[in-house]
Amino acid sequence: MRLKYPSSIKIVRIPCTGKVDILHILRAFEMGADGVYAVGCMEGDCHYDSGNFRARKRVEQARKILDTIGIGGERVQMYNLSAGEGPLFAKYAVEMHEKILKLGPNPLKLAKKKAA
Amino acid sequence: MNVKTPSRLEKVLAAGLLAVTSECGPPRGSDPEVIIKKADLIKDYVDAVNITDNQTSVTRLCSLAACIRLKLMGLDPVLQMVTRDRNRIALQSDILGAASFDINNILCLSGDHQSFGDCSNGQNVHDIDSMQLVQTVRHMRDQGKFLGGDDIERPPKMFVGAAANPFADPFEIRVPRLAKKIAAGTEFIQTQCIYNLDKFEEWMKRVRERGLHEKVYILAGMTPMKSAGMARYMKNRVPGMDVPDELIKRLAGVPKEKQAEEGIDICVESIERLKEVEGVRGFHIMAIEWEEKVPEIVKRTGLFPRPEIAD
Amino acid sequence: MIVADKKPIEEIIEEIKDYTTILILGCNECVTVCEAGGKKEVGILASALRMYFLNQGKDVTIDERTLERQCDHEYLEEIRDVADQYDAIVSLACGVGVQFTAEEYHTVPVIPGVNTCFLGATEARGLWTERCQACGECILARTGGICPVSRCAKRILNGPCGGSSNGKCEINKELDCAWQLIIDRLDALGKLDDYETISPIKDWSTDRAGGPRKVVREDVQL
Repeated sequence: MRLKYPSSIKIVRIPCTGKVDILHILRAFEMGADGVYAVGCMEGDCHYDSGNFRARKRVEQARKILDTIGIGGERVQMYNLSAGEGPLFAKYAVEMHEKILKLGPNPLKLAKKKAA
Repeated sequence: MNVKTPSRLEKVLAAGLLAVTSECGPPRGSDPEVIIKKADLIKDYVDAVNITDNQTSVTRLCSLAACIRLKLMGLDPVLQMVTRDRNRIALQSDILGAASFDINNILCLSGDHQSFGDCSNGQNVHDIDSMQLVQTVRHMRDQGKFLGGDDIERPPKMFVGAAANPFADPFEIRVPRLAKKIAAGTEFIQTQCIYNLDKFEEWMKRVRERGLHEKVYILAGMTPMKSAGMARYMKNRVPGMDVPDELIKRLAGVPKEKQAEEGIDICVESIERLKEVEGVRGFHIMAIEWEEKVPEIVKRTGLFPRPEIAD
Repeated sequence: MIVADKKPIEEIIEEIKDYTTILILGCNECVTVCEAGGKKEVGILASALRMYFLNQGKDVTIDERTLERQCDHEYLEEIRDVADQYDAIVSLACGVGVQFTAEEYHTVPVIPGVNTCFLGATEARGLWTERCQACGECILARTGGICPVSRCAKRILNGPCGGSSNGKCEINKELDCAWQLIIDRLDALGKLDDYETISPIKDWSTDRAGGPRKVVREDVQL
């Protein structure tokens, strides 16, 4: 399967989405990311039992913080799929890409330019 | 007749007669007429009248002032006092204030938690608990001393009561708890509203097994139901209340406009049944905002007229 | 441990909005365990604040530091060299740490970043519950090891009150009745007879009622 997904997406590989911390998400935005999404295993199929549930909670918390500080919580998303679902992976990538295009760039980029 | 105070209630009980008490909730305002009117309705049908102390933690005219009104009308008030709102200084001070008007009965309570009332953000005090308040009043009366040890000039002469809920959990300690209250110095008990008569009789049986009925006067608490709705509310919403389903069914089984009458009938039947229970020394009829029904209940249960007691 | 909860970011922003160099100061002790003010929470708050001010077009420096303890002079000394470089310090320690930091750095505003809640334990991940009110005169030996001062809503020493229902407190059906727990434990210990011993009126002068308290131990003083 040589599936295409938008080149704007940079993949960070981690052993389990349970490793994702709020801080990783926030730092990504601080460094200029326009959006962040975590792709975990199907709920109930986590090899470590609850890693993807933890990730979902952290994504939700990051959303709240981003809403509070005016960056926009909708820029963060959690997806679940199984390892065999390549086409779905590509579909989610396209979906996220389009969503971010609609939302426009990370407002911090604009603020940094202004400050410079 | 062995009495320790000038309380009319104590004298009736000591004479071996079934006592009748009732209660009035003070108004949410300063109009004394509300109390006077309620008291007028019931005064010839009861031996003493409790005045509640900011019940359900809703701020009202104070129990002490309302008791003074009753006293001035010639009634024998029972000052209800909760430990929620006052520390030991205020409690002792209010006891002396009441005693200065010769208020001769006190009912010691902890009080509903303030979260139920109109000041749920308030602090609660609970410097001492209800059992320790019983000890405090007895200490002031019998030793003639303040908690701090100093002598009291003209100590209060109060007949000391406490509440008991035969239905609260855990059931196995309900009787030991009563024993503890008696050991603290409680002389009379007014129980929680009784609807589950079987369970109450079971409690009384255990009370008798320990001989507690000979150490304290137990007045059975009775509250007539106005409707099936009220019965359901009491069952589901009021903490520590035991309302059997059969009672709700019975009330719901009659047309709405007849439910109040049915409620009075149930109350009368309950009193008739509990009169026969050894150790039940009287009835505390709490007709909530329905004081006008007290005379009917007292008459129908043969508890009228109330005995004349010489001061 | 001392249990604290995070303050809303909006509230912290409101307190620090006029400053330009701010230190977020965490604590490695209790607030780390209850996930309110440890190194990780410092990082999250600092990151969020940096983004907030940048987005507002304000040039604000937010630095991060987490000390071993804020309730000890020794560790607070570690920021001696840098403390006065900041317009304000946001302390994520408990109220004790916030105050000790403020005492140590008298001319730097110290702003609390958490609400200090109670003395409690971690009952489960994300669930902390109260166990002690530091009344200064422990009665646990008499109450089956369960504290009515901290766990009964009316701190009744001779309970339960009439509001105990199915083992739960009248104020909340989720809340255990402390006296039910005491009775169950006395029963398990074969000491149910102890229930009938009346607890005497408590001396609250060792509680906050007696004014700010101190423990002086000459045997360990230098």
